[in-house]
Amino acid sequence: MGKRSKVIERDEVVVRFSGDSGDGMQLTGTLFSHTSAIYGNDISTFPDYPADIRAPQGTIGGVSGFQVHFGSSEVYTPGDYADVLIAMNPAALKANAKWIKAGGTIIVDIDSFDEKNLKKAGYKTDDPITEEKLNDFYIIKAPITTMTKESLKDLGLDNKSILRSKNMYALGLVYWLFDRPLTHTQEYIRKKFAKNPLIVEANLKVLESGFNYGMIIQAVTPSYQIVPADVQKGNYRNLNGNTAVAWGFLAAAERSGLELFLGSYPITPATEILQELSARKDLGVKVFQAEDEIAGICTAIGASFTGRLAITTTSGPGLALKGEAIGLAVMAELPIVIVDVQRGGPSTGLPTKTEQSDLFQALYGRNGESPAVVIAASTPVNCFDYAYYAAKIAVEHMTPVILLTDGFLANGTQPWRIPDLEEFPVIIPPFIKEARPGWHPYERDAEKLNRYWAVPGTEGLTHRIGGLEKDYNTGNISHDPLNHQKMTDVREARIQRIADYIPYLEVVGNDDADLLVVGWGGTYGHLITAADYMNAQGYNIALAHFTYINPLPKNTYDVLKRYKNILVCELNNGQFVNYLRMKYPEVKYSQYNKVQGLPFTSAELVEQYKKMLEE
Amino acid sequence: MSEEIKTFAEFKSGLSVRWCPGCGDHAILNSIQKAMFELGYKKEEVTVISGIGCSSRLTYYMNTYGFHTIHGRASAIASGVKVANPSLNVWQITGDGDALAIGGNHFIHTIRRNVDINMILFNNQIYGLTKGQYSPTSEKGFVSKTSPYGTIENPFRPGELTIGARGHFFARTVDKELKHSVEVFKGAAQHKGTSVVEVLQNCVIFNDRTHEAITDKAFKSDRTILLRHGEPMIFGANNDKGLVLQGTELKVVKLGEDNWTEKDLLVHDAYCEDTMMHQKLVNMEYPDYPVALGIIRAVNATTYEVEMQDQLDSVKERSKIKSFKDLVYTGDVWKVE
Repeated sequence: MGKRSKVIERDEVVVRFSGDSGDGMQLTGTLFSHTSAIYGNDISTFPDYPADIRAPQGTIGGVSGFQVHFGSSEVYTPGDYADVLIAMNPAALKANAKWIKAGGTIIVDIDSFDEKNLKKAGYKTDDPITEEKLNDFYIIKAPITTMTKESLKDLGLDNKSILRSKNMYALGLVYWLFDRPLTHTQEYIRKKFAKNPLIVEANLKVLESGFNYGMIIQAVTPSYQIVPADVQKGNYRNLNGNTAVAWGFLAAAERSGLELFLGSYPITPATEILQELSARKDLGVKVFQAEDEIAGICTAIGASFTGRLAITTTSGPGLALKGEAIGLAVMAELPIVIVDVQRGGPSTGLPTKTEQSDLFQALYGRNGESPAVVIAASTPVNCFDYAYYAAKIAVEHMTPVILLTDGFLANGTQPWRIPDLEEFPVIIPPFIKEARPGWHPYERDAEKLNRYWAVPGTEGLTHRIGGLEKDYNTGNISHDPLNHQKMTDVREARIQRIADYIPYLEVVGNDDADLLVVGWGGTYGHLITAADYMNAQGYNIALAHFTYINPLPKNTYDVLKRYKNILVCELNNGQFVNYLRMKYPEVKYSQYNKVQGLPFTSAELVEQYKKMLEE
Repeated sequence: MSEEIKTFAEFKSGLSVRWCPGCGDHAILNSIQKAMFELGYKKEEVTVISGIGCSSRLTYYMNTYGFHTIHGRASAIASGVKVANPSLNVWQITGDGDALAIGGNHFIHTIRRNVDINMILFNNQIYGLTKGQYSPTSEKGFVSKTSPYGTIENPFRPGELTIGARGHFFARTVDKELKHSVEVFKGAAQHKGTSVVEVLQNCVIFNDRTHEAITDKAFKSDRTILLRHGEPMIFGANNDKGLVLQGTELKVVKLGEDNWTEKDLLVHDAYCEDTMMHQKLVNMEYPDYPVALGIIRAVNATTYEVEMQDQLDSVKERSKIKSFKDLVYTGDVWKVE
């Protein structure tokens, strides 16, 4: 065996698999990230699907990508720029050329770089490397298609099946590049294609050929070494934000003893939650795919009336349609969780792209004084936790809760330490099971101010609720002016009282930091990565990241007033900063906003933080 | 065990009823309560769901569980109630605006799914609560506050729409015909699946006497036909008229004329799955035909909530995943020591 020419030691690396949507890049990326996670690296991944369902082959519109960021310490984001790009065709190179780090490694399937494909990708010459000014990069021109055909020529496979396994060749080569074992992927192939031994053999063969090709070229190609991270002990699996949300509700159902009911309508990028729960009939989940967004939430409200854990899932345009029904749940004081996986807006906007678009809509998008709880998850895996706590707050406080995630969290994956359910606090629904003197439908708990859950079927508690204003003392319809004031006040007070039941805002960093960065929801990974990077260079930056938006944590003002220099970073035009300005006008805020359908890059944040320190 | 209910008045909530004096809704409320009493319901088993409109206020007058919701969405909310807890008797109270205009989408999809809900559709062909605008069942040319020169749109026929949405139960009755209403409501309740009952209801303020041409005592026998399963389609003050099928058309014939006898008349088959005859019957309009009253269509079919439960049960039995823990440990899991 020859020697590796050069081994690059790194704390972290970003790899991007990219090809035509038929090239199997999502699977390739997923398998690679599993292997890295099992090896012991911390990882974060993000898929990049084409917006069109079936874009023409070989065009930029049809490029499908999968990015994996892995490291020997904590990894918070899928990474801004790739160290290694795998481009299965010219379009993939074209789409990603500006997202590769200077001096990075690019693996191309040189067989696909023919005149036809170069033209389709929009290259003007037959030398895309020069055209993209990539001459300082390590370019591995691997004849992936030819080699795949060559290794399978004796198996008697049809041409289509042969070509479909070329992604395994690329994967084998990448395993060589990072010195990773093939075992996990080999197991996967054996299990996945168990019914078709020929396909198993073909894929295993191609995977090894790819790995072996690395050995052939090792004299001239650098490889990477990333040692395992020091992660908490336990059982792990990869989890994306949408599945995490679905599973959080399953956990809440089990822990509360409530039957789970989802009323929903498919909408990008929230549909996977509906799909995941539809598959969970084995756990007794009732899923109702409604005729529209309105019926989605309305069926859930009906289920909530009968004492079920009721959920609806949607994205921005759907939240707009659900507004009136959320108001009904506010008025009827019924528990429901509304999940909004935010995407670029307004209107249809950018369905597949991420944006912190709906904070104002969640807070204020209803007629009347209509307070609801608003929570925002901040990482793909803590979507699980916040779905759980959204359900807990909804049920225990008898209120609608809007859980905001976003397209970036929904599709991003991280390793998730599988918790025991006992790690989560039990959920106790405020049921009333039998009549007692003085009870009426709007009788309230003295501490939480919630009304009690008297569900149809319970003897002695028949009652009527609805969207009309109710009398504070009897629960009957009331048009009395002072009563309306009183009920309006109590609806607001009971939501603000939830601040007694949520954690304090935690600040990462020092009390005397020169800059407090403030964020909320899905931007956490980028904000903390940039802050950590700066602090490692001797700066003094703190981060206060919000997940509870309404009510805000009780210590919010105490935190904010400590800092003279505050920068609120958001992927919108400043919805949270203006919310803070309204709540705490004494504090001075600066803001950094971006509305491009893209997450922040850590690099641009570093630049912004620095700018704030210079001013 | 809950106490036995001794009188239909126990279904009254005690709240003072606020409909206009002379409104057809008073009679319908009474008939619904009587039907529930005669069905032997317990108060707590009943959930009444309504949308918005005059009719939808009915919820507050029932001593049952009730939810007065938002405009047009009652069938969606009622679907959620029934699917979540199939043991409840779910009644939906709605009007021509609530069910057929703003709630049209939910109306047809609920019917299509066949969720076991009794929908009582108060049809007064007008928007009453907003004080007199035309509705989706107002006749073409109808003059109202928003159609001062007459409407230029065709109305829905609730029965045609129900059957068009693959409905399995449709009945029609008249607000002031208490005995018939009770009979029809009971039939709807006993039918498993979405039952739609259109009640021809009078709005005494904004559309008074809208159904009078057919419901007035003086000529209702000649202008309506009471359909009962298994009985000949006969009507008229002297029981001397009937319906026959000629070619593909219904025809009104006079017994004794042209040798027509009772034996020649059509016999009502409410259980027939084919919709052809039911569609013709619901579409009959005065003066060409008598308006059909009674249970026109009542076809058995599996209900949505039962199918859902069956599917849950069978998947539960087959699946290896019995708990949250089983789920999260299925698939690619690794251990960090």
